[in-house]
Amino acid sequence: MTATAGSVWLDAAYLVTGILFILGLRFLSSPATARFGNRIAAVGMLIGLLSTLIGTGIVSWWIVIVGVVIGTLVGLVAALRVKMTAMPQMVALFNGAGGGAAALVSTAEFLFRMQGASFAHGIALPYDQGLTIVLSAIIGSISFAGSIIAFLKLQEVMTGRPITYVGQQIVNGLIALATVAFAAFIVTLHGTPEPLWPFFAMLGGALVLGVLFVLPIGGADMPVIISLLNSFTGLAVALTGLALANNVLIISGALVGASGTLLTILMSRAMNRSLFNVLFGAFGAVSSAGATAAGGPQNIRTATVDDVATMLAYANQVIVVPGYGMAVAQAQHSVKKLADELEKRGVTVKYAIHPVAGRMPGHMNVLLAEANVPYPALYDMDDINPEFPQTDVALVIGANDVTNPAARNVASSPIYGMPILDVDKAGNVVVLKRSMRSGFAGIDNPLYEMPNTMMLFGDAKASVDDLVGAVKAA
Amino acid sequence: MVHLLAELTVFVLALFVGFEVISKVPTTLHTPLMSATNAIHGIVLVGALLVAGAAFPPLGAIFSIIAVALATINVVGGFAVTERMLQMFKGRAPVKK
Repeated sequence: MTATAGSVWLDAAYLVTGILFILGLRFLSSPATARFGNRIAAVGMLIGLLSTLIGTGIVSWWIVIVGVVIGTLVGLVAALRVKMTAMPQMVALFNGAGGGAAALVSTAEFLFRMQGASFAHGIALPYDQGLTIVLSAIIGSISFAGSIIAFLKLQEVMTGRPITYVGQQIVNGLIALATVAFAAFIVTLHGTPEPLWPFFAMLGGALVLGVLFVLPIGGADMPVIISLLNSFTGLAVALTGLALANNVLIISGALVGASGTLLTILMSRAMNRSLFNVLFGAFGAVSSAGATAAGGPQNIRTATVDDVATMLAYANQVIVVPGYGMAVAQAQHSVKKLADELEKRGVTVKYAIHPVAGRMPGHMNVLLAEANVPYPALYDMDDINPEFPQTDVALVIGANDVTNPAARNVASSPIYGMPILDVDKAGNVVVLKRSMRSGFAGIDNPLYEMPNTMMLFGDAKASVDDLVGAVKAA
Repeated sequence: MVHLLAELTVFVLALFVGFEVISKVPTTLHTPLMSATNAIHGIVLVGALLVAGAAFPPLGAIFSIIAVALATINVVGGFAVTERMLQMFKGRAPVKK
């Protein structure tokens, strides 16, 4: 088909696209040049798309026009309206769209080859193309269905908790086996005229598999799964490229696959869990053992707004430790105001960002950027941890598990070994929290019982707003 | 098979380039990175255009039209949302007296 009959200049245009993508990602290595990077990548995309439209003999223009118009409207409206807190589910949806598109392209290519006309010229589906077509269809479908479930979980349409049932592993395994069997059947038939149903059965199996593999993953593990789905779609696109013998798809898919894989590894490492454990050892099941065994914390000190305000106002250095709870309460703008007040008084304010703060890699940084917090004030875990001992006040806002010292020394704790922010080493710790409810992992946090810790209960935004007023008066 | 091997070569080399380039992106930018790579895999739109352009029976046409729409959402939405996020990233304001 046209896909394999690209002219020389079309291939050259694709090469330019590939180069611009790589350069675009290169410029993403600094916040100062990142916007430029995104734009170069967009230009690369435009070149690739326009060349395709002009350089290949497109017959059914109406399909292209209808599809592009619908897609542009939906994509643009979604991108411009989404709230920054909802970014993970937005990314999941876009990711699913890409995976679905890859699967559909492979399906369409398969259908095209199964047309009677193709057989006139010998083998319609050589082994290598058959293999890449079924693989891209399977992985694309898994990514599509998995992303939809991830979206529903993050959007809280369905429960964010892990969903498990008896024999889950076995059921999933059987479906995976059936999917592979259908795929093998299609490939080995070698494209002799064959019924289409095995292909659709395979697609169905892959879709179910995508749903089932995300269902048991919940809460704190979402950043890992979002990254993993990202790499799946990249892989699916690269495989589509192999099926269509199209280099730009192969290169772009590989870039995305690499990026998603790298982020998956970083996120797993930040939680001290293997990817295998994230995927197959539902967090809920593990944590129930070590959770709330002590019957909840006893010796906690509560503070008043004035106590905390005085402490902050006369500190030398304050480190803010934001968690997703801060974003849920929409407190980031108030936090920025508080930081401004403190800085006016000569207090140094820094932000400590744990790698899994928020619901996708780097989510917290975006939320703070939205509140106009300058990015040089945001510190990664490894950079900020040595600073806690010289810090007067650590202000923990809506973060829990990532500050839990149990991760360091309680071997029975489900989060044992997870790298944490050394908040407890600060002179004073103030924890802003709505209630004594435990975090995602459902475990007690000994930090709250430490002698240098004070709790300030209430809605994070209201508390911080009160603090701003009190610091002004101090 | 010869073709496949040549293409696999491209794939593997691109993977290495990807790891190299991505590992230089700071954690601050990981969310925009993910949405940008998201937009980049929207390049599958090229594939969707190719199969859509080949004009074949109703089933293929339906799949193509959905593929084009999904991939376009991916491309347009991905780049737009990345741009929106990145314009929020600001350095320290120049120090005023």
